Amino acid sequence: MLQGPVVIAVSFLYLALLFAVAYWGDKRADAGRSIISNPTIYALSMAVYCTTWTYYGSVGRAAVTGVGFLPIYLGPTLVMTLGGFLLLKMIRTAKANRITSIADFIASRYGKSQLLGGLVTVIAVIGIVPYIALQLKAVASSYDLIVGYPALIAPAESGSSIFADTTFYIALILATFTILFGTRHLDATERHEGMVAAVALESVVKLMAFGAVGLFVTFGLYGGIGDLFARAMSDPQLAKLTAVASGSRSYATWFSLTLLAGLAILFLPRQFQVTVVENVSEAQLKRAIWLFPLYLLLINLFVLPIALGGLMRFAGQGVDADTFVLTLPMSAQQELLALLVFVGGLSAATGMVIVETIALSTMVCNDLVMPLLLRTKTLALHTERDLSGLLLSIRRGAIVLILLLGYLYFRLAGDAYALVGIGLISFSAVAQFAPAMIGGMYWRGGTRNGALAGLLAGFAVWAYTLLLPSFSKSGWLPASFISDGLFGITLLKPHQLFGLAGLDDISHCLFWSFAANIGAYVVVSLLRAPTAAEASQATQFVDALKTTRPVGSALWRGSADAADLVALVGRFLGPVRAETAFASYARRHGLADPSKLEADADLVHYAEMLLAGAIGSASARAMVASVAKEEPLSLPEVMNILDEASQLRSYSRELERKSRELEAATGELKAANEQLLEVDRLKDDFMASVSHELRTPLTSIRAFSEILRDDPKTALPERERFLGIIVSETERLTRLVNQILDMAKIESGNAEWLVEDVDLNSVVEQSMAATSQLFRDKGVALSLDLASSVPLIRGDRDRLMQVVINLLSNAVKFVPPNDGRVTVRLMADNDSLRVSVTDNGPGIRLEDQAVIFDRFRQGGDAMTSKPTGTGLGLPISRKIVEYFGGKLWVESEPGQGASFIFSLPLNNNENGTNE
Amino acid sequence: MSKKILIADDEQNIVISVEFLMKREGYTVSVAGDGEAALAKIREEKPDLVLLDVMMPKKNGFDVCQEVRADPAFAGTRILMLTARGRDTEVAKGLALGADGYMSKPFSTKDLVDKVRELLG
Repeated sequence: MLQGPVVIAVSFLYLALLFAVAYWGDKRADAGRSIISNPTIYALSMAVYCTTWTYYGSVGRAAVTGVGFLPIYLGPTLVMTLGGFLLLKMIRTAKANRITSIADFIASRYGKSQLLGGLVTVIAVIGIVPYIALQLKAVASSYDLIVGYPALIAPAESGSSIFADTTFYIALILATFTILFGTRHLDATERHEGMVAAVALESVVKLMAFGAVGLFVTFGLYGGIGDLFARAMSDPQLAKLTAVASGSRSYATWFSLTLLAGLAILFLPRQFQVTVVENVSEAQLKRAIWLFPLYLLLINLFVLPIALGGLMRFAGQGVDADTFVLTLPMSAQQELLALLVFVGGLSAATGMVIVETIALSTMVCNDLVMPLLLRTKTLALHTERDLSGLLLSIRRGAIVLILLLGYLYFRLAGDAYALVGIGLISFSAVAQFAPAMIGGMYWRGGTRNGALAGLLAGFAVWAYTLLLPSFSKSGWLPASFISDGLFGITLLKPHQLFGLAGLDDISHCLFWSFAANIGAYVVVSLLRAPTAAEASQATQFVDALKTTRPVGSALWRGSADAADLVALVGRFLGPVRAETAFASYARRHGLADPSKLEADADLVHYAEMLLAGAIGSASARAMVASVAKEEPLSLPEVMNILDEASQLRSYSRELERKSRELEAATGELKAANEQLLEVDRLKDDFMASVSHELRTPLTSIRAFSEILRDDPKTALPERERFLGIIVSETERLTRLVNQILDMAKIESGNAEWLVEDVDLNSVVEQSMAATSQLFRDKGVALSLDLASSVPLIRGDRDRLMQVVINLLSNAVKFVPPNDGRVTVRLMADNDSLRVSVTDNGPGIRLEDQAVIFDRFRQGGDAMTSKPTGTGLGLPISRKIVEYFGGKLWVESEPGQGASFIFSLPLNNNENGTNE
Repeated sequence: MSKKILIADDEQNIVISVEFLMKREGYTVSVAGDGEAALAKIREEKPDLVLLDVMMPKKNGFDVCQEVRADPAFAGTRILMLTARGRDTEVAKGLALGADGYMSKPFSTKDLVDKVRELLG
């Protein structure tokens, strides 16, 4: 089943499926139900990073360097997990400025420079062409292999005629499909939802196919991971592959490859396209930063097993390690699996080629061809011709041209390098964008000239140290160029420039090109201050994540005619789209009729943004300038505006701070108010309690007095009983009034304290003497457990006696008559004296233990009659103890009696520590 | 047959005075010292009138009043609330819960007797 026609038919069916998915994706997008807004699809589309280079090449590299294939995936993983802030800034900046490509990004940052955009485009095309060649080569050789089944080594390329070359036809087919995917729409906008959906599908297919081979090799050909590695380890040559080689050269290689790959994930045109341009919302990034690294991990899982399996199985047969993924299933007669692998490889190649060429064609069109066309008189800008068709034609032409260039490179240099070697040449080229990109996003001082100088210098070094040697190896330049240097000058040997030896080609190139690039960028930027245009764009980019950055329209001044603007935009976007866009702008500004629009700075800016989406920011600015009379702002004016913006920013920060303070103050006021309310409520409760406690004895007094008054003939015993009640209730009233006053005095701080050295022993003894009658009356035993002598303490003797008497009289109240027992103890420890009064009464429930110290809250709910007393004794006692820095508390279990304990600190000099 | 009155109050001396007054008027009197005892006696003795203190242990007068009123069997039982907390809100609360009258402590004995007579009349 692996004959040519079958393979070709399956391939076309697969491409047709992709196209159907893309078509569906576009339809959904038109209907406003985007499928690519799904963060998983976004993350999968990023996996366009994994090309045939990964698919076939990783195994090839692993067969030579072992784990040396890993840095290519380590770099992106690090950038994704640690560099999210950078991606976020790129995405937000690109959206705010309608940026369509990396060339557009750099051009826009440095004052919308057409020259810079053109240069970036040229570098990108030259740098990426080898990479595209790599894909063509991979698809072609995998095709040759699979139709050569059961042979495992492809026949040598005939190489004679282009028309007999499979690769040529593959290039043409891919060009056709790319045109279908990327420029099917008549409106030339920056986003391609269908393409992204198809790319996401391809990512799934290539991962599944690679995983299938991995499983087959590991578990089908060998007995699992353990078996495979055990066999490999027995061969000392293979065992070396599983360890990281040591030595500084190896470390330098790891470092430079990781760095290169990390930069590639940011600045490869296709990665910029899927990550930044096709991004639907910033929230998608959250999933991509873990899902994409996970994808990389999965697709690398079986690289080493496949490489080792292939090396063992094909030892001595001369099978190219780059083909192991395909030849292993073929050698085991697994035809269906081989076909799946071929389709997976096709996926990896088509995904890369389609996205990369679309990105490059956009750059070529917007940053190279349009600026040139717009300068020529034949395209005189005052004609009313609709140019949207022309835009598409330019892009289609660019796509064909780029793929043909890829084919050309393949014919020239393709055979000289393994897959990985070619890919790294491209990575090194796009790494040259890093200083201008990253510098542009974080350094206001970078200028157009600096970026130009840096890019040119870096590019020149790259070309000299990597590109030209690749031609030399292919025989298109003399081999002496590598071995002896240019004109035979040893210092100019492209792989040992200025005598720098000991590094591999890539690290060597990276070192010199970055030295030249960054050096030139910084030095030339510092030579002069940024111009007005550069300064205003610098602010847009550097402050992209700040909320109050000035809008572009603030930096434009001049006059224009609204109708001219609509017509201009219509020429590039098509009249229908232009009118829709302006109508919606008018609605947002509260105008029903777009013809009433005023051509103010906002409208001019809006028109420029619309155009930027179609033809790039530099061309858009040039086009707008052709219909609007801009009065250029001078640098001081721009600086003023930016300054105002930054003043506005600090003013708004100030406002925010004030509002936060105000909020805090409001909160405090609210809390204070609640506290006051609480105090008020407590006072209310207190007054109600006092009222209740006063009214109760008064009720009896009044009732009995009236009874006696109304009936003078009341019998004598009754009369005496009633009068006795009146007297005792009067006493109760008096006690109550005294205690309320006492409490009030202590609380208000007006109480008089007579502080002296007090012997607590004698305080306890005198208190017992004072209450002894109560104990005798009720038949309660009172025992004393005194420490022999305790230190003197500073305190008020009468007040402390008041406390002890209160505790004793409480105790006697609650113990049963006749067999009640109350014990008083006085103990001393290092820093305090402690007095406890323990009874064998009913005890106090846990929930009552706290409230009995509140005013008017008596224990004894369990008893049928209410305890006598005012309900103020314990609260007053606690206040007194606390006045001298001590504590009063209760320890009790229901049924086990209760202990009231107070402790007083020994070192409370003078009076209370408690205010 | 003389009318039956239940005095529910936890203040011994108040109970003595009110009991004396009610007996002098010829009523049959029984006494309860807390809310639960009051409820039990109401169910057991079915008094014609309850003189109900609000601040009592175990169950306050409001709760007692509410429970009595919830039972249709005691629809005819008059309730006169007596309280030392004479706030307007408490008066309103007592009446809303179904009390027939409300007197603040200390009260005039004549007013109390008149009120009781009125309620039982």
